[in-house]
Amino acid sequence: MYSRLLIYNRKSKKMADKILKKLNIKVWRQNNAADKGKFETYPIENISTGSSFLEMMDILNNDLIEKGIDPIAFDHDCREGICGTCSLYINGRPHGPDTEVTTCQLHMRKFKEGETITVEPWRAKAFPVIKDLVVDRTAFDKILQAGGFVSVNTGGIPDANTIPVAYEDAEEAMDAAACIGCGACVAACKNSSAMLFVSAKVSHLAKLPQGKVEAKKRARNMVAKMDELGFGGCTNTGACEVECPKSISITNIARLNREYLVARFSE
Amino acid sequence: MSKLESKIPEGPLAEKWSRHKAAIKVVSPANKRKLEIIVVGTGLGGASAAASLAELGYKVKAFCYQDSPRRAHSIAAQGGINAAKNYQNDNDSVFRLFYDTIKGGDYRSREANVYRLAEVSPNIIDQCVAQGVPFGREYGGLLANRSFGGVLVSRTFYARGQTGQQLLLGAYQALNRQIAKGNVEMYSRHEMLDVVKIDGKARGIIARDLISGKIKRYGAHAVVVATGGYGNVFFLSTNAMGSNGSAAWQCYKKGAFMSNPCFVQIHPTCIPVHGDQQSKLTLMSESLRNDGRVWVPKKKEDAVKLQKGEMHPNDIPDEDRDFYLERRYPSYGNLVPRDVASRAAKERCDAGFGVNGEGKAVFLDFKYAIERLGKSVIEARYGNLFQMYEKITDVDPYKAPMMIYPAIHYSMGGTWVDYNLMTTVPGLYSIGEANFSDHGANRLGASALMQGLADGYFILPYTIGDYLANEIMIPKTDVNAPEFVEAEKAVTDRLEKLYNIKGSKSVDYFHKKLGHIMWDYVGMSRNAEGLKKAIKEIQEIREEFWKDVKVPGEMNNLNPELEKAGRVADFFDIGELMARDALDRNESCGGHFREESATEEGEAKRNDEAFTYVSCWEYKGEGNEPVLHKEDLVFENVKLTQRSYK
Repeated sequence: MYSRLLIYNRKSKKMADKILKKLNIKVWRQNNAADKGKFETYPIENISTGSSFLEMMDILNNDLIEKGIDPIAFDHDCREGICGTCSLYINGRPHGPDTEVTTCQLHMRKFKEGETITVEPWRAKAFPVIKDLVVDRTAFDKILQAGGFVSVNTGGIPDANTIPVAYEDAEEAMDAAACIGCGACVAACKNSSAMLFVSAKVSHLAKLPQGKVEAKKRARNMVAKMDELGFGGCTNTGACEVECPKSISITNIARLNREYLVARFSE
Repeated sequence: MSKLESKIPEGPLAEKWSRHKAAIKVVSPANKRKLEIIVVGTGLGGASAAASLAELGYKVKAFCYQDSPRRAHSIAAQGGINAAKNYQNDNDSVFRLFYDTIKGGDYRSREANVYRLAEVSPNIIDQCVAQGVPFGREYGGLLANRSFGGVLVSRTFYARGQTGQQLLLGAYQALNRQIAKGNVEMYSRHEMLDVVKIDGKARGIIARDLISGKIKRYGAHAVVVATGGYGNVFFLSTNAMGSNGSAAWQCYKKGAFMSNPCFVQIHPTCIPVHGDQQSKLTLMSESLRNDGRVWVPKKKEDAVKLQKGEMHPNDIPDEDRDFYLERRYPSYGNLVPRDVASRAAKERCDAGFGVNGEGKAVFLDFKYAIERLGKSVIEARYGNLFQMYEKITDVDPYKAPMMIYPAIHYSMGGTWVDYNLMTTVPGLYSIGEANFSDHGANRLGASALMQGLADGYFILPYTIGDYLANEIMIPKTDVNAPEFVEAEKAVTDRLEKLYNIKGSKSVDYFHKKLGHIMWDYVGMSRNAEGLKKAIKEIQEIREEFWKDVKVPGEMNNLNPELEKAGRVADFFDIGELMARDALDRNESCGGHFREESATEEGEAKRNDEAFTYVSCWEYKGEGNEPVLHKEDLVFENVKLTQRSYK
């Protein structure tokens, strides 16, 4: 009983929540796309370790507003780790020092008293900064517009159970489809390659009979668009997989390469 | 009262939709090319509508405030989507889905609309599978189903705990295909700030480019609002931070009636509030109630120890656990509808049996399911949800029970629409969560996704033709018309007014204050005195807001505080209307619980004689009280009974 109680105390939020008395937030400030940008450091006090990183940013922004300083612009929306909007590069890692989380699910218990936390935007040629920590990721939309779909119109579809799909195929497709399009893979890559993102969509659809029909064309068009938009090439460092908040596997890149080669040979 | 013509077709319930489709007008392909439609919002409703309309040949402009249409908040829906496929051979049918939805909504929705929803539901699953949505499957390769609250069959299709994400990506992919073909012009990071009427008809919108701050005019032959719900009026909710009621509110101010605004859903299984620094609440899918058992201690002294952190829940033996849902509702047990489960949790916590430091949480325990099925099965079903829970709370739900508490989740109320999904403004449509039409006073789990996609894929693309067939001679809308100039000026003036207050308090300060008023008086339990107090307090805080809010940054730049200020300004008005509506409806139904209208056992008591209507509020100008119209609900196919899940 006693030992279990101790475990609970360690694991329980109520007991575990502490207050970080002082932190320094070193953050990238850039007023617009044309601005050169620079780091500014702001102190912040009394942050609960049970708060999320973005709640800490909210509190910092409220402090800044009170002091008459322009608050820091950062992207965020669902705060449940699924919309893929949040995008901070924290202490040199996309989505910060935790695994399998987005920035909005990162909690302050991952930081130490008195720490200086460095916060930057995604850095990639294809993701230009809009303001402060907000970047333009429309390049991702454009890649998907080049072929990340199944060409069916609404209506006139036969019953969903007409084509059985092997359980394993559906599961593998789902593993790849779990990509939230946040761009952490690009931010993590020294070449700013979008291969993990592209391969996730190509794999998701290639694994299903419905998507197989256009698999070759899809791989070819999406890769061409990726190159055109200024993303770099893949040199298999695997950084993308490590930093992906949804654990998208680099085996998808191998599958993409296969699809792509088949597509090129069949041209 | 001709404005409130619901246009429900004649004939037997099961034939209404086919008869209606046969009767309404169709636009020729040559004319579709000349007709422009604006779709605002790119969630399940908006994205599916924009894609389907563009496939038909209309010229579509789609807008979203997010940086990509894929990020609309439908993405966060977890558990599943209902459809009357009867794949499980458990005697499901279109009628049963219809009946469950009407009953679940506590008999405050339209029979004809709900029946149509159930009728098109199987097509949605076919469509999504064809798009490549990776639904969960059985080993034989066929689609799997799970069960959800408020029903006795298994009709819910799912993609792990990310069903909303996968369905939205399906719709987004269809939308992308149309963008690539040039049939849809996509405007991301654009927020609609007004709807423009010419000759009484919706002819366009005014939107702000959120990057440059520029105010722009966009014209069309029809406008579709698919902008979701207004749950963020409570500040803390499961909605996304940017989710707002402003687009729908501008429609209201331009003559679209607002219906049943007091009907909001409080979801029973959310991660409890911690401290006062929190910005939003996280939902734990209702599907968890399939395998988790909800309980609090039987003995108050155990509850007190839990609250002080002096006891571990696993040390409370089964006989000292009060599985209160199973006790109170033996036939549905842990799968009672959301409103019932939420109130039961509140009742236990109010009685002092809450289990966290604040006494505002109950347990959702998987111990029994893990014993019965093994950890690996539970992991396969809910792995991502368990991971999310642990990341947020630092508690491992495989080892200790989850703590949950109700939170604001969904708006059943919304813009009034007729059977064609058109508002009281000709040419202005409202779909998905933004309208009021299908969920009555309480929405069943896995039905929001169904409704969004039903409206966007299979209903609006038909019904909008009936209106547009009469517009084929109307030329392209001139955005230099005086109506546009005037609307743009009003939008600019309002933003400048907000910006130039230069007061002393942040937007969030006011939003939090409003949220407290709403939660205390217009939340899970309401009474006349509290509601009157809420109206007065909202008016006071609104006055303070317009005198003392501080909006930093620049007008002509990305400025999230300015965006928030505009939305919160509207939330005051929405909150006030919600309180008015709740005050008018002196009965308990669905998510709306009036303390004055309860049974001796504390269950909700409906008053069908006095309140079998949809409330429809008409805007009468700033500072004037809105006028209440009523659309009587007629039930020809179901018998109204007090809802019982016992």
